[in-house]
Amino acid sequence: MAAQKPKNLQEWFEQNVFALMFGTALAVSVASIVEIVPLFYLDNTYEHTAKDESGNLKSPELLWDRGEKRLFYKDEAGNWASDWKAGDGVRPFTPLELAGKDIYMREHCMYCHSQMIRPFRDERERYGHYSLGTESIYDHPFQWGSKRTGPDLARVGGKFSNEWHYMHLMRPQALVPESVMPAYPWLAENSIENDFFNTKRDMKARLEAMRLMGVPYTQEDIDNANEHIKGYTEMDAIIAYMQVLGTMVKLDDNKVYRE
Amino acid sequence: MDTVVKPQYNDGVVKAFTLAAIVFLVLGTFFGTYAASELAWPFLNFDTAEITFGRLRVIHTNTVIYAFGGNVLMATAFYIVQRTNGRPLYSNKLAWVQFFAFQAGLLLAVITLALGMSQAKEYHELEWPLDIAVALVWVLFTFNFTMTIAERDKQKVPHIYVANWFFFGLLIMVTYLWVLNALSVPVSLFRSYSLFSGVQDAMIQWWWGHNAVGFFLTAGFLGIMYYFVPKQAQRPIYSYRLSVIHFWSLMFGYVWLGAHHLQYTALPDWVGSLGAVISLAMIIPSWGGALNGMLTLSGAWDRLRTDYILRFLIMSLAFYAMSTFEGPVMAAKSVNALSHYTDWTIGHVHSGALGWVAMVSIGAVYHMTMKLWKTEMYSMSLINFHFWLATIGTVFYIVAMWVSGIMQGLMWRAYDDYGTLAYTFAESVAAMHPYYVMRAIGGILFTAGAAVMLYNMIMTIRMANARQTQLAHA
Repeated sequence: MAAQKPKNLQEWFEQNVFALMFGTALAVSVASIVEIVPLFYLDNTYEHTAKDESGNLKSPELLWDRGEKRLFYKDEAGNWASDWKAGDGVRPFTPLELAGKDIYMREHCMYCHSQMIRPFRDERERYGHYSLGTESIYDHPFQWGSKRTGPDLARVGGKFSNEWHYMHLMRPQALVPESVMPAYPWLAENSIENDFFNTKRDMKARLEAMRLMGVPYTQEDIDNANEHIKGYTEMDAIIAYMQVLGTMVKLDDNKVYRE
Repeated sequence: MDTVVKPQYNDGVVKAFTLAAIVFLVLGTFFGTYAASELAWPFLNFDTAEITFGRLRVIHTNTVIYAFGGNVLMATAFYIVQRTNGRPLYSNKLAWVQFFAFQAGLLLAVITLALGMSQAKEYHELEWPLDIAVALVWVLFTFNFTMTIAERDKQKVPHIYVANWFFFGLLIMVTYLWVLNALSVPVSLFRSYSLFSGVQDAMIQWWWGHNAVGFFLTAGFLGIMYYFVPKQAQRPIYSYRLSVIHFWSLMFGYVWLGAHHLQYTALPDWVGSLGAVISLAMIIPSWGGALNGMLTLSGAWDRLRTDYILRFLIMSLAFYAMSTFEGPVMAAKSVNALSHYTDWTIGHVHSGALGWVAMVSIGAVYHMTMKLWKTEMYSMSLINFHFWLATIGTVFYIVAMWVSGIMQGLMWRAYDDYGTLAYTFAESVAAMHPYYVMRAIGGILFTAGAAVMLYNMIMTIRMANARQTQLAHA
């Protein structure tokens, strides 16, 4: 059978490989454009940018109004302090928390622990107020997870003491006999200042990358980033990260943040 | 000269991909079984970072999806494209470059993931240097495949056979998905941060995540189905028209589904609902495709009694139909409220991965092994034994996960007479133990089947090689 002139579109696709390529690329692009692109410009993608009918922001208080305030600094006694208090609004992670998130990602905690509370009564009673999108705007990448082999961690911050977390990570079954979680004793041995193959964990580079992507770190934050993780272990860092989860915003039970 | 010359195919590289696939099938299912056992008996983590569940799970998913699945797709794509276009590969050399680069990448993937280098995006963990390397290999694959078709003799082969369309869908969409989801800012050789954050990152991740299933684990394997089912059944495909509809609705429709992974989350509701509605509609093309494969056997059903390879292929279509029905059900919002975050999701993935992807690949690989090495299999009864190990292993796995998943969901939302939560989270974990044990047993059966297959293949190849040598000496 010799090649004939295509009678319809399908025949054209079947005879010309580049036409088939083009047609396929077009077919798969539609949904990608319709579902993803609007999320970048619609105001109601995030609660802090959502507006009411008269065009006013509904919940601008969700974001930390930083002004001249400091994310972290050394006080007179030489301890790390912050002008931000729990409930002041969503803020960027401190360098120690961000380093802790590195560890959280390295161990893939998110494959067993979600960070996304859904708006159901039982989840509210078990974990707290449902999660808002705004709460993860500085999460590159997001850590919502997809599975709860263990409980949700979106609001675990402040619920247990640092000592509890330390003991739990060292031997989960010592505190929760039913637990199937692995133990992480190496976290207590490794310095957070070191990265893979004993290279230096460069928090300055990390904060700079975050700023490039729009996370509002100041130059001062970046300059002091490596100082902020000095002397800590991986265990300290991951506990610092977990203790801030869910504590950034103070949510009003009577307010509807999301339709 | 009018004599018909049989075209010389480049089968060496196809043989290499085929063998690599089965080696990785054994390894990948072993890793998975071990990870499953860690959840049943946590002491198996042995306080060793490299094999803790968090890292081993990822090694398992990367090995089975990319190492096993990828090698099967590359083997079958190169096998089919040569035979349906009646010519050798556009470039045999490039295909070998692709083979060695891909295996080296997979080896590095296992090592880096064990060390904990990860972007922490589900099914897309490889850090940026490897990420780029894999993308390059994929582009090389696409180029070689496309050019083989483009340079065919259009007088002899005017139309591109349907199996190739599905491979196209796979090649184009996976390039697109992989690149967009991988956009990130590197901060060191071992760490990069996703360019996107929060809601957008979630949507792009699950757009990638579901289409990795839809295109990597479905479109390509449907290409396999459209070639090997008619070949093994020795009958033409049931309906050409149905395959056209199947192809275009899959290309257009599948891409919408990712959002159903994010229902009731902070993703705006309209996206999740859109994803759920189209998910429901996807039953039609999926079942159309499954029927198209099964009805190819009309009038030849008796062959299932004697042809063990055909059994794998038809069983895989049954699982394909089952999981493409289950998927839309789980995407419905009220069901998703219960099933999300539970083991049901894991069971669903495995009914697709073990029942559909692995079984159709196994059937295709047995078929190819006999053709490539020009021999019968070493043992047909071992194929039958493998069939039962794989089927029973899969059923054990998914039944265990159905029960544990639904039980988890119900325990989490149960209230007692006083209106307080009936169970602590730890109680729900304890209740899962018997099902985690049952799943591990399912995994052991499936892995044992894969090992039997590898043995059967090695013996077949040795037998074929011995015969070759004899012929050469005669």
